[in-house]
Amino acid sequence: MLKVAYFPGCSLSSTAKEYDVATRLVCEDLEIDLVEIPEWTCCGATTAHITSELTAAALPAKSLIWAEKHNMPITSPCSACFSRLKMAHLNMEKDPNLKKEVEEVTGETYNGKAEVLHLTRVMLEKYGLENIKAKIKKQLKGLKIACYYGCLMTRPAEVCENDRVENPMIMDNLVSALGAEPIKWYYKTECCGAAFSLTKTEIVRKLSGDILKEAKTCGADLVMVACPLCHSNLDARQPEISKLLKTDLNMPILYFTQVMGLALGYDYMDLMMNKHFIDPKPLLKSKGIL
Amino acid sequence: MARIGVFVCHCGTNIAGVVDVTRVAKYAETLPGVRISVDYKYMCSDPGQNTIIDAVKKYNLDRIVVAACSPRMHEGTFRKTIERAGLNPYLMEMANIREHVSWVHSDDKELATQKAMKVMEMAVAKVRRSEALSKMFASIEKRALVIGGGIAGIQAALDIAGAGYKVVLVEKEPSIGGRMAQLDKTFPTLDCSACILTPKMVAVSQDPNITLMTYAEVVEVCGYVGQFDVKIKQKAKSVNSKCIGCGVCVTKCPNRKSLSEFNEKLAPRKAIYTPFPQAVPNVPVIDRETCTFFKTGKCKICEKVCPTGAIEYTQQDEIIKEKFGAVVVATGFNIYDHSNYGEYGYGEIKDVISSLQFERLINSSGPTDGHVVRPSDHKEVKNVVFIQCVGSRDESKHRPYCSRVCCMYTAKQAMLLKDHYPETQSYVFYIDIRSAGKNYEEFVQKAQNDYGVVYLRGRVSKIYERGDKLIVKGADTLSGAQVEVEADMVVLANGLEPKANAKELAQLFHMSYDQYGFYNELHPKLAPVETAISGVFVAGCCISPKDIPDTVAQASATAAKVCALFSKEKLEVEPLIANVNQLTCSGCETCYNVCPYSAIEMEDKEVRRGDMRHVAKVLESVCKGCGACVGSCYCKAVDLKGFSDRQVMNQIETATTELSTND
Repeated sequence: MLKVAYFPGCSLSSTAKEYDVATRLVCEDLEIDLVEIPEWTCCGATTAHITSELTAAALPAKSLIWAEKHNMPITSPCSACFSRLKMAHLNMEKDPNLKKEVEEVTGETYNGKAEVLHLTRVMLEKYGLENIKAKIKKQLKGLKIACYYGCLMTRPAEVCENDRVENPMIMDNLVSALGAEPIKWYYKTECCGAAFSLTKTEIVRKLSGDILKEAKTCGADLVMVACPLCHSNLDARQPEISKLLKTDLNMPILYFTQVMGLALGYDYMDLMMNKHFIDPKPLLKSKGIL
Repeated sequence: MARIGVFVCHCGTNIAGVVDVTRVAKYAETLPGVRISVDYKYMCSDPGQNTIIDAVKKYNLDRIVVAACSPRMHEGTFRKTIERAGLNPYLMEMANIREHVSWVHSDDKELATQKAMKVMEMAVAKVRRSEALSKMFASIEKRALVIGGGIAGIQAALDIAGAGYKVVLVEKEPSIGGRMAQLDKTFPTLDCSACILTPKMVAVSQDPNITLMTYAEVVEVCGYVGQFDVKIKQKAKSVNSKCIGCGVCVTKCPNRKSLSEFNEKLAPRKAIYTPFPQAVPNVPVIDRETCTFFKTGKCKICEKVCPTGAIEYTQQDEIIKEKFGAVVVATGFNIYDHSNYGEYGYGEIKDVISSLQFERLINSSGPTDGHVVRPSDHKEVKNVVFIQCVGSRDESKHRPYCSRVCCMYTAKQAMLLKDHYPETQSYVFYIDIRSAGKNYEEFVQKAQNDYGVVYLRGRVSKIYERGDKLIVKGADTLSGAQVEVEADMVVLANGLEPKANAKELAQLFHMSYDQYGFYNELHPKLAPVETAISGVFVAGCCISPKDIPDTVAQASATAAKVCALFSKEKLEVEPLIANVNQLTCSGCETCYNVCPYSAIEMEDKEVRRGDMRHVAKVLESVCKGCGACVGSCYCKAVDLKGFSDRQVMNQIETATTELSTND
């Protein structure tokens, strides 16, 4: 059984509760043992890494050290958490002085052996696409899905070790495996506006609006994401974006583990789809999936 | 006791600005054997050289040290000088106090001066043990090998042949013509590339002094200047000399599975083919990788239709051995593969094409008969975006260099497009316009002013398909705005890089190359077509990206070098070679095994009366004087003339002693 150190991050216990629930359900089905890191601390995004290199490394280091000690790969379903964990690991590798300082403040030793993976890679590479296929109960036929990766899942390239920075395919391949159709579009890695949601909302309305419009133009039924912040910008902000664009976008935004959950036979409430601002129920019903 | 003269050069301020040359000269006077020591502003000048000649006579000198620049610069000059003074030229040593001292130690003049004194003292120590050496001569095979049948190789071959020497021109492809044959028009005159090239191609085929070998590759090289032994692989064409070039076989061949290399994969080609209609020689070849007969054993249609019985399926690859006195390497370039650019679609968007593909599209003998249409749906184009510096000036792609021709050909392509289709609009994204050259800047200005080409200074961040359009997103750094162009086609200005197998060819000749595989010239300014291997010359884009005029000029320059070499009766070669003392040689064959030039021969010889032994011998005309054998010899039986153990040990001993303090 694949054992993975699980770093849910703050969003997954609040605004993205449904992502956490779906992720745990799916992993249970796939027999991936998610071991939640006891007393995990904030990953530091975004406040820590724009103010202090040491804090930015020391905060994720606690979790890295735990994963290393227990000899498990460490994963987070949140792109920002993943990025901070991996960045801290790489920065300590590059800078021995930083590592020393981190060890001083945490009081523990880090041997640089933790393997940090985004949840998509745990499932598709560690667990394997073929193994996922074998578990599918319901083919998601007729569903056109725009896979949206955002920035931190693919960039910087040397951190993410992604297949193709400008046109990543990992989620697209998953969608195909689930029987749905990944649409061909080129806004996969555009910026959604991220944390500007709170400070300069008009930027998010513009950028997320562009992404939603493009998905619509390219014929998507829904947009699939793997990051709580992307989700919040595309889903929670969608009504105001629709108003601004003077059109009803009505584009459901689902987490990739929710989409997997559908294929594994879970229903609307199991996957907490009622939490979304844009209700996917009518769409999924019309496609015969619910 | 030796009678040594030391001559210290100021090299203007190059040396004297850092090193106290007077002190160096004064110090020389204190060294044993030194009879006269002087310093002078420019030792290599006429009066400078005369100072040396006069001193030799006045002080009856028998050895000379010149403390000046690198021997690579002026060793030859001063050897000639002392020869004129009546001395053996090998009784002169250079002490390099410029490159090794003043240029690298300008921050500490005192230490620099002390180092200069020591370097000079070491040269004095060495020259004390120098021996007179006599010049050696080798014969010259007065035939030239030209590798690469592009415009550079063609020009070089024609010029050498024109001077009356025999040339073998080897080309890898089935026809000569190279990249220039693929181009439509040439900048800045817009004359038709094929119209100016094909007469030269025909001239090659008709020149009685030129033997043309197409579909052939150089596979092995031995020997040295004047005597290169080269093995050339003639790939089986499967078509013999009975071919009259009628082309029936090509027309009737049912196999269209391959994509035409000449047309940059924009059109299919047959399994039996000539790359293009004006091919020289006009003899098709069978591509055995794709030919139905070679794959399945059935078909043979070409054989059936051939009126002269020229198809020969049983032909084999052949290795041909030839001797040459000199070699011109002119292997040309490939364009950068833009599938490395994710932001431009990883080479997967059909209507994002390379610059060479555009040349083929707009060429009237190209796959679309000169109609510029989209490869995806064959629709005509309206808006075209040109992107410069694709695989040039891009650190992130490990191509920091400028490819020199792209600014010009992009302007040309945009102008040609407007000429053919007045209703089109072109946009050019650029970093800087580099248009140095006769009438070049005017040409680019004309594209902007008379042809209405919109130049946007900035890079493109993304190209993607939306419907049947291409959306090009980029920055206009002059206005500070983000721009988005809806285009029908995008043409990339792919940079130039060496041929994929450039390094392997260089290794055959022991030529040096840079990190990209471009060949290194002997000197970037003063020996731009020579290489470190004497008798091997280079021309064209295999050295660095360049345009046609520069390439042709270089090609002619190599021809001049080859002809100068061939004009001599005998070749003077440096006597700085290895020498085996057969009396102490144990015949262990170590030197025989380490010699990279196969210049050691083992022989069974009576070294003394009644003492028959297996011993090593140096082939004087083959030895390059690298010294590998000297270092490897267990019994110190091998020595290098001009760098004997005695000379070098003397130098080392001097290097390890303090400067005498009374200077």
